[in-house]
Amino acid sequence: MSVKLNIESVRETKWNEYAKRFAFGGVVTVLAGLIADKWGPAMGGLFLAFPAIFPASASLIEKHEREKKERVGANGRLRGRHAAGVEAAGAAMGCIGLIAFSVVAWKILPRFALWETLVLATAVWSITAVGVWFIRQRLL
Amino acid sequence: MIGELLLRFVVGGVVVSVFAMLGGAVKPKSFAGLFGAAPSVALATLTLTVMKKGSSYAAIESRSMVLGALAFFFYAWLVSYLLMRRRVDVLRTTALLLVVWIASALGLWLLFLG
Repeated sequence: MSVKLNIESVRETKWNEYAKRFAFGGVVTVLAGLIADKWGPAMGGLFLAFPAIFPASASLIEKHEREKKERVGANGRLRGRHAAGVEAAGAAMGCIGLIAFSVVAWKILPRFALWETLVLATAVWSITAVGVWFIRQRLL
Repeated sequence: MIGELLLRFVVGGVVVSVFAMLGGAVKPKSFAGLFGAAPSVALATLTLTVMKKGSSYAAIESRSMVLGALAFFFYAWLVSYLLMRRRVDVLRTTALLLVVWIASALGLWLLFLG
């Protein structure tokens, strides 16, 4: 299965759905900082990988897929739930990249400039996540 | 203090939104899902933390993030398993299972760093 652009899906998303993700992202970033201030960086760091916007994203995917099916007169509940499940499987693969990102940041942050660390760690995240995805596609 | 919180909120919101938009702009769904585990909160937080508290402090946060990401993996795998195999409500399941993330993250923290 090849990777394609899906601009239609971006157009389908309403402004309030983007606003919801913006708010969740902002709140978690604030919380991560407050937790680190109160209980120290070792505890606060856990929340850098908190799946805060995941429930909102998954329910949005389910809604879009369900509505698509219902527009052609079919029951879209099963399809919607399945689509959200497939996206969650993708997120699990992305998590392997997220682990790689945090190992790189942990090891090189004290020795390199911030921008160098973040560029390298993000590159490692994307290569690992996409690599795991392609390997899984080959195995299926 | 309020100014700093507001800055965190805006930077975090913007970075998370950008990755969410990128995830929405690709298919298939399993590939788009990769962006659900993008390091969005980490990029925002580490940038602000290094500027305020230095890179050694941020490195300690990154070390703990390894465990948080492992907990995210358990969470996402369990969510996927339940949504594909059981007749469950998506929002309720994904929200309730955040307890699994909290329990796993704290358990791993106690095991390795506590």
